Amino acid sequence: MSTDTKLDAQASEILAAGYEVTHSKSPLFYDHYERKADLQQQTHYCPGCGHGIAHKLIAEALEELGLQDKTIFVSPVGCSVFAYYYFDTGNVQMAHGRAPAGATAIKRACPGKIVISYQGDGDLAAIGTAEIIHAANRGENITVFFVNNAIYGMTGGQMAPTTLVGQRSTTSPFGRRPINEGFPMHVCELIASLEAPAYIERVALSDNKNIMKARKAIRKALELQRDGVGFSFVEILSPCPTIWGKDPVEARKWIAEKMIPQFPLNVFRDHKHDPVVNNPVPHHTIPETLEIQTTDQGPRPELPKHQHHFQQFEIKVAGFGGQGVLLLGQLLTEMGMREGLEVSWLPSYGPEMRSGSAHCHVCLSKNRIGTPLISHPDVLVAMNEISLRKFAPQVASGGLILYNASRLPEDFELPQARVICIPASEIADKLGSTKSTNIVMMGALLEETECLLTATAEGVLETKVKKVELKEINRKALAAGHDFIDHYVRVGAVTQPDGFAY
Amino acid sequence: MRQLCKGNVAIVKGAILAGCKAYYGYPITPASEIAEAAALYFPQVGGTFLQAESEIAAINMVYGAAATGQRVMSASSGPGLSLMQEGISYCAGSELPCVIVDIVRGGPGLGNIAPEQSDYFAMVKGGGHGCYRNFVLAPASVQEMADLTVLAFELADTYRNPAIILADGFIGQMMEPLELDYREAKLPEKPWAVQGTHETRKNVISSIFLEPDDLEAHIRKLEAKYIRASRLEARHETFETNDAEVLLVGYGITSRVLRSAVEMARREGLKAGLFRPITLWPFPKEALRKAASKVSKVLVVELSNGQMVEDVRLSLEGKVPVEFYGRTGGNVPSVEEIHSQLMQRVMSLV
Repeated sequence: MSTDTKLDAQASEILAAGYEVTHSKSPLFYDHYERKADLQQQTHYCPGCGHGIAHKLIAEALEELGLQDKTIFVSPVGCSVFAYYYFDTGNVQMAHGRAPAGATAIKRACPGKIVISYQGDGDLAAIGTAEIIHAANRGENITVFFVNNAIYGMTGGQMAPTTLVGQRSTTSPFGRRPINEGFPMHVCELIASLEAPAYIERVALSDNKNIMKARKAIRKALELQRDGVGFSFVEILSPCPTIWGKDPVEARKWIAEKMIPQFPLNVFRDHKHDPVVNNPVPHHTIPETLEIQTTDQGPRPELPKHQHHFQQFEIKVAGFGGQGVLLLGQLLTEMGMREGLEVSWLPSYGPEMRSGSAHCHVCLSKNRIGTPLISHPDVLVAMNEISLRKFAPQVASGGLILYNASRLPEDFELPQARVICIPASEIADKLGSTKSTNIVMMGALLEETECLLTATAEGVLETKVKKVELKEINRKALAAGHDFIDHYVRVGAVTQPDGFAY
Repeated sequence: MRQLCKGNVAIVKGAILAGCKAYYGYPITPASEIAEAAALYFPQVGGTFLQAESEIAAINMVYGAAATGQRVMSASSGPGLSLMQEGISYCAGSELPCVIVDIVRGGPGLGNIAPEQSDYFAMVKGGGHGCYRNFVLAPASVQEMADLTVLAFELADTYRNPAIILADGFIGQMMEPLELDYREAKLPEKPWAVQGTHETRKNVISSIFLEPDDLEAHIRKLEAKYIRASRLEARHETFETNDAEVLLVGYGITSRVLRSAVEMARREGLKAGLFRPITLWPFPKEALRKAASKVSKVLVVELSNGQMVEDVRLSLEGKVPVEFYGRTGGNVPSVEEIHSQLMQRVMSLV
């Protein structure tokens, strides 16, 4: 690309010869513009098309406001898909209807820039309805130029959402019939029902007076964006002589006579949104936010040494949602990790978590863990009867079941595993919070299996439980689970299902 | 230092470490934790999080942000990815780098929220319209959710192409130790981006080529890129393949079950091995051929009714019998189940 210096030279010669030059080619024009292969000296738009005028008004405003370098022009799918032929600005061509979504992200990536979404009626008011409404509702600081010519131009004259009642198109061959296609869509009025937009105006390219009004509106919309005021939207009623089957003069007349009565020209919104309170967002460094501990944060606490008696140890925890089933699994997993093991935690997940039963699989291993899915757990922690009945048959032979109750259900058949009944809910209640039932079970599990150290559990509870009052109860709950095994099971003070006692 | 982390959260941590600045997405189970973690972390480190009105809007926001040169991502699960396909095709056509995560759930239709691997065709074979390819990375652990996300951003930028993380509900929901290392992300220059500056004023991001010859030339250019990527970027992992007589092939969560199945088979004297593709596109054909060169049978296991198995068969060109075992609906086979399948099929060889 190169600027037309020849023409400038010619102009100076004319000036030197004493002629007054009133019109000259804009210095922005190029001899050859690479974005446009053919049609260097003309547009691809039809004679009398409104896009040419709209483009010119926007380009003039950008030039006058000195925004050319700062502008990112988002072109739609439709006749104006090739807007980048004419706008010597950064340009992003978007999928049909999605320009406001793309413009949203462009503006957020480049907040100081001017982002223009230029769309037709099919693009904006049909396929892209969701995107325009939501961009407007978020009050994105972008400018949308909505060219409404009541028809699909590029695809050859199909019905648009703004096609007038009775207007013929290739897909409404008998004229638009509200019983079948509904009524024309009034986008300005729709958007004006939202709180966020700063400026909404409808203009028309029907005659010179209205074109001058359009010029003003376009300029104002861009100024508001430049000043960071908010979402600005200008609907431009525009002629499409080719598809309408009219000559350019008739087409302009048709806007005045048919379109404007249906789409009244008006300023629908012209004020800055009242200031609102936004909650603050804390700012942190990436390592802080992602909980990445760097080495300069002092020495790590000395971990208790533990000789694990297993290669791999598998635990299934099951119960009602809300019994802390998933949390107990997570705590055990965290403990295993702190003791230097390979660990995995896999939950049952989904809607059943809230109301029904929940369970999770915990693997503790000295080696890389294959499947995190446990078929035959070494230990089942059953927090309720349903879980006991469901999962007890899966427990590895010689494994252990810890059941949250003082006795087994009467008709329950003892599996090939040992069962210990622990009234953990009652114990936790007495300590002050039923919520600690899972921690009582954890204390018992650790004491009975010695898979992980109680000291590790204390450390994990200290860091993972945030509520101070719960911390104290949890400490007691852990000890109570521990003591239950020591005092009641090992000495046989409470009769266990298999009569087992140390 | 290791931290216990959920797979879905690890993706966001990896993305931020990779220098990703924006997340646009829409919630869906079992991928919602990704949006939630992004909503929590991105604003705190000066990035952008926006919950879009739909997956369609989300992917087009990704397109817009990518056009400015930002590292950007989105995540969803099957139905959301179906909605995104047009946008992904546009990203590929306009050569915009971006990372999209699919935490696969059961389909078709509303299906369910349990894990499946049934989006292989949709992601690996394109899914959207036109001649294009996505990088597709298949993590099998929480650590890989983060590591492969970083790799996905690098591949996306290097090749100016979308990269997909294809994981399943289990890998997304499970927790494992995660080790992260912080260093400032090195971002490549993107002179093609549109940034609202004098230097980038000339730039146009577009996928439209009206003249058939122009479009063909564009497609050839993309194809050259894909050929180059196929040669350089295929990744895989093997386990006990050196002396294997039977080769198990699976990716993602399935590869974890298969790994345990290999151990079980070897305990019982059957020399089994595992081949795990890490990149599903480009598919590690050469490595698979090598791993399968001495085996008498290949068993492909997927959480689908047979999708990746087609690529395995294409790679092995009929030289080794390839059998398939699949579970669907959210059922993940147990180690015992795979073992019994393996034994039946090995016995049939005798």
